[in-house]
Amino acid sequence: MILKGKVHKFGDNINTDDIIAAKYLVTTDEKELARHCLENIAADFSKKTAPGDIIVAGKNFGCGSSREHAPRSIKGCGISAVIARSFAGIFFRNAINVGLPFLQLQGIDRISDGDLLEIDLAGGIIRNLSKNQTYKTQPFPGFLQEIIKQGGLMNYIKGCQQGLSPTCSQRSRRKGTVPRQDKFRL
Amino acid sequence: MPYTIAEKILLAHTGKKEIKPGEFIEARIDLALGNDITAPLAIDEFHKSGVKKVFDNKRIVLVPDHFAPAKDLKSANQCKALAMFAKEQGIKNYFEVGSMGIEHALLPEKGLVLPGDLVIGADSHTCTYGALGSYATGVGSTDLARAFIDGRCWLKVPATIKFVYKGKLKKWVGGKDLILYTIGRIGVDGALYKVMELSGPVIDRLGMDDRFSMCNMAIEAGARAGIIAPDAITLRYTKEVSRCQGVKASKTKLMGLKSDRDAHYEKIYEWDVSDLEPQVACPHLPSNVKPVSQLKDVSIDQVVIGSCTNGRISDLRIAAKILKNRKSKPGLRLIIIPATQKIYLEAAKEGLAEIFVRAGAVFSTPSCGPCLGGHMGILAKGEKCLATTNRNFVGRMGSPKSEVYLSNPAVAAASAVTGRITHPDKLR
Repeated sequence: MILKGKVHKFGDNINTDDIIAAKYLVTTDEKELARHCLENIAADFSKKTAPGDIIVAGKNFGCGSSREHAPRSIKGCGISAVIARSFAGIFFRNAINVGLPFLQLQGIDRISDGDLLEIDLAGGIIRNLSKNQTYKTQPFPGFLQEIIKQGGLMNYIKGCQQGLSPTCSQRSRRKGTVPRQDKFRL
Repeated sequence: MPYTIAEKILLAHTGKKEIKPGEFIEARIDLALGNDITAPLAIDEFHKSGVKKVFDNKRIVLVPDHFAPAKDLKSANQCKALAMFAKEQGIKNYFEVGSMGIEHALLPEKGLVLPGDLVIGADSHTCTYGALGSYATGVGSTDLARAFIDGRCWLKVPATIKFVYKGKLKKWVGGKDLILYTIGRIGVDGALYKVMELSGPVIDRLGMDDRFSMCNMAIEAGARAGIIAPDAITLRYTKEVSRCQGVKASKTKLMGLKSDRDAHYEKIYEWDVSDLEPQVACPHLPSNVKPVSQLKDVSIDQVVIGSCTNGRISDLRIAAKILKNRKSKPGLRLIIIPATQKIYLEAAKEGLAEIFVRAGAVFSTPSCGPCLGGHMGILAKGEKCLATTNRNFVGRMGSPKSEVYLSNPAVAAASAVTGRITHPDKLR
């Protein structure tokens, strides 16, 4: 999949309260959430984005709360991918689970606000068309690539239950659970 | 192969013979938690999947606590979604207003989490239960929806960082100060995607409420979980809870659950905290930490004592000790929120509620409320608040032009009296 868009650049530790403030968590509608995306730190962000645009940020992107509304509001803005030096743990999960593509890149300093990027997701390659540079990132492990390929966790699970996803463990198919006791041999 | 306590718990919940940090696993979970913000999204996804019944209605907990009692119509609809789902699926552990409490204080109190459990919660502060020697981690709504279906969760096994606290704590210094100090030292991404194993003689002497405060804020350093090996203090707590809740305490054998002597740690921090004074996190990051004595003349408009971090009975007792026969500064709003109904009742019985009301405080029903800028104490433009909560990001408690400072309950109560950030020893 090739993604292409203009860069909106942010700093370190962009937290989920920055991305979508708690007062807006009274809806699950992506378009409604998008209207308030990043508004505390970038007024009218959603009005300044075009479909395909890309967020580039520093370290620990998406730290703070578990609200899945954060990646959903970013998707709602038409953002095609997030590139950051590092991602917070829960945001990392949520982005994968809701199918928001993201890439980890150490050398984000070479990318400027407004640059035009082209991303080859499968190869983990970012081309900076404005600066005529190419950056290589680590591709995702196979298990995660499979979830992303299926368009998110729920599709992946459906695939598992129908026996379609090759990386899915046998045990993921619905089975009885073990009793709470006797989990440990000490 | 030697393992840390976190790795042992994860391993026990997979079908694997061994695991190592960095590896992806599919784990069976013991308990899945959702609240009025995260569960509605999960319930939608569950219904969309076409699956009719949840994997096990005894292992799902639903707590409307963030915007409950419902602050407006939209919140009311979200709370109702939980109630309806609980009814539809026969989920017993749904806690309506009146029996509800802040989830991370409520679940341990109800005996729903025990040492050795693997718990996922669609709330970042799920890591609180690590204080019981469980592996508890925050996830998103889709993760919760998936857990509803098959009781499983994908996890990347984190490496563990060990923290050893030595020495003897000074008066007015507790778990909150230790964790703020820790986050100040390592930064908000200092334990990114790691487990924080908290240990040492200081932790060994720490009561459960302080341990909950510490594990609660592991996420503020980026950790996937905070964990303290269960000991006699943990066992006393779980036994007491089991007795009150009428459930059988079956996990006594987990006393031995701890990291192997030769387990691998990515890093080990060892600190003597004997000289530590109460810590305050300044705007706008939990890592922007200073000793309270360095903060001179920070005037405040509001003090909040409560939340999943510091709304437990021992926190209220400390606050009451300071507020007894004192008044909060005229013009300052003092809001005190017990974390659960049980704590509320204890505070009433012990006379703490009276002390608070006489001090000019609002003593409210349990709710996350102001901590996340929900309701019951939103900050106006230009206002400053000292809170015993866990986050002080831009606009966290209201206006993006407001400021939040974080501290322990003793500093918060003392500061409510003087109207500026104050060391409790400085009160006349």
